[in-house]
Amino acid sequence: MNRRFALATLLVSLIAAGTLFAQNPVLINAAGATFPYPIYSKWFDVYHTKYPTIQINYSSVGSGAGISQMLNGTVDFGASDLPMTDEQLGQAKFKILHFPTVIGADVPAYNIPNVTAELNFTQKALAGIYLGTITKWNDPELVNANKGVNLPSSDIIVVHRSDGSGTTFIWTDFLSKVSPDWAGKVGRKSSVNWPVGLGGKGNEGVSGLVKQTPYAIGYVELIYAIQNHMAYGKAQNADGKFVKADLASVTAAAAGAAKAMPDDFRVSITNAPGAASYPISSFTWLLIPAQISDAAKRDAIKGFLKWMLADGQTYNENLSYAQLPKPVIAKEQKAIGLIQ
Amino acid sequence: MDGAAPVQSGPRAFLRRLAHGDEIAHLITLIFAASILLITALLVYQLWLGSAEARHKFGWHFFFTTTWDPVAGDFGALPFIYGTLVTSALALLIAVPLGLGAAIFLAELAPRALSDALAFLIDLLAAVPSVIYGVIGIFIVVPMMRLHIAPFLKAALGFLPLFQGPSYGVGMLTAGIVLAVMVVPFIVSVSREVLLSVPADQREAAMGLGATRWEATWRVVVPFARTGIFGSVFLALARALGETMAVTMVIGNDPKISASLLAPGYSIAAVIANEFSEAIGNLYIHSLVELGLVLFLLTIILNGLARILIIATEQKGSSHA
Repeated sequence: MNRRFALATLLVSLIAAGTLFAQNPVLINAAGATFPYPIYSKWFDVYHTKYPTIQINYSSVGSGAGISQMLNGTVDFGASDLPMTDEQLGQAKFKILHFPTVIGADVPAYNIPNVTAELNFTQKALAGIYLGTITKWNDPELVNANKGVNLPSSDIIVVHRSDGSGTTFIWTDFLSKVSPDWAGKVGRKSSVNWPVGLGGKGNEGVSGLVKQTPYAIGYVELIYAIQNHMAYGKAQNADGKFVKADLASVTAAAAGAAKAMPDDFRVSITNAPGAASYPISSFTWLLIPAQISDAAKRDAIKGFLKWMLADGQTYNENLSYAQLPKPVIAKEQKAIGLIQ
Repeated sequence: MDGAAPVQSGPRAFLRRLAHGDEIAHLITLIFAASILLITALLVYQLWLGSAEARHKFGWHFFFTTTWDPVAGDFGALPFIYGTLVTSALALLIAVPLGLGAAIFLAELAPRALSDALAFLIDLLAAVPSVIYGVIGIFIVVPMMRLHIAPFLKAALGFLPLFQGPSYGVGMLTAGIVLAVMVVPFIVSVSREVLLSVPADQREAAMGLGATRWEATWRVVVPFARTGIFGSVFLALARALGETMAVTMVIGNDPKISASLLAPGYSIAAVIANEFSEAIGNLYIHSLVELGLVLFLLTIILNGLARILIIATEQKGSSHA
């Protein structure tokens, strides 16, 4: 009985394996950024259902690990929350193309007892708070931007991310653009040498610290703030307007930057022009080798990119990711032809 | 027994089989033991190889500088070494008396049924994942620290630099307390077993000479079990040194050296876990790997010191007796 059962199982699995091989499944491995992981896994899943022979495995190991795995050839393509630098591209043995996929943003969240108003943060205020030069909630820089709000004289407790993350890159990239002091003393990276503040691990760590500590301020990823119904402040953009982050204002920032989009898509859209642009936003990218020798893989990756730029974008808003602006999509569709 | 003896025996054949079995057992266990050596050697080799750029660039300065600046590419390990040592020391300071006291009660004084039941619970505690301790730390220990413990310490002992400055709830003392809770089960569980394995005649002899129950426990049983108890403390120390998740959730993750225990700090294991996955650039990655090497060295040095401590107290014990 048992033996017959085993034989039958073997036969069935052989047939199953045979049909699979007959269809030539294309298995593609990718690794990288954690921030877009929810939308990527949705995309890869939907794409696999549509084209069952193409399976894309994505491991969210972090942008840095994604880049190094792609450079070492252990994955077919990478994903990163920050564009690769000229130096990194120079070190690579092959040409690498950047494809923006979705847009993310950081928002300032705070916890001031008895203050429920939506605070306005000037660019100077955010830089000063994180540099440690603005230490009290009733600093004139904050009071002048928030008329009618009774700000206390308490010390500001600054919270930042302790783990390396694209969220920190967006935040420090913005501060570097708006404050020469910040650019000179600290700079932009996924982890920096913070002048002040406590470190929380992950969005949940930062928001946990902010919620628990009176008079604290921290920055979290917009999607995290939306999904957890957190209150957050408005940030002043390049036109001097105070803008609240939402999907529309983030897409506006991308559209504002799209006019000056370089051909390789490596562009920072923090402090983007436009009255409606939210200033602390950034693309996240897929990193794709320009030469893919395996024809089946190449076609599958190109096919996926085409689908991602069209149907794929419709899945964004359900998962609270902002859509790419139309001009950027048109430009990317052309760039797909560069993959050979 | 006699009737159940194997049929085709004869003392000589039996001996030969035994000898063969011995040889096989000898070989297999030797391989297993050698594999430990091999794994350790590979670990050191990989850490050494993976930290080459940082070692060349910073040399010994790596151990003594306090800047950790991924943007400028300037890395120093001192704040992390400090944070690791301070939090582990705090953890042991709290956990050793607590754990040893509990172990003595469970082994010597409690009824056997109660002792076994509690020992089961303690083993259960040792199996709780560290992220759970971290979450409990964030939601219970951190607010308690900010609202009650820190104000009390500042009022009572504020003249010491150890308890000055603002308290955010997170900090080195908080990390020490969470770590203490995490390592207590190791001390209790191992110490209890060791105390229970002290031969009864030791205890009986002491009591026969007129010692009270406590005197017999404290002056005869505990010294007899000393090596094993130290072993449990080392195990606890090793866990505290290498703990990542729970520490990073409550320590504040700020690479600064402050005299105050209420101030935030950072530990080696925490910074590696936090920054490794997003680290870009060889020097940055190599510096993180060198931190791993530093942690390894720290563990070796502390273990060596602990062995010396055992030997020292052994001599003292024997001369005393």
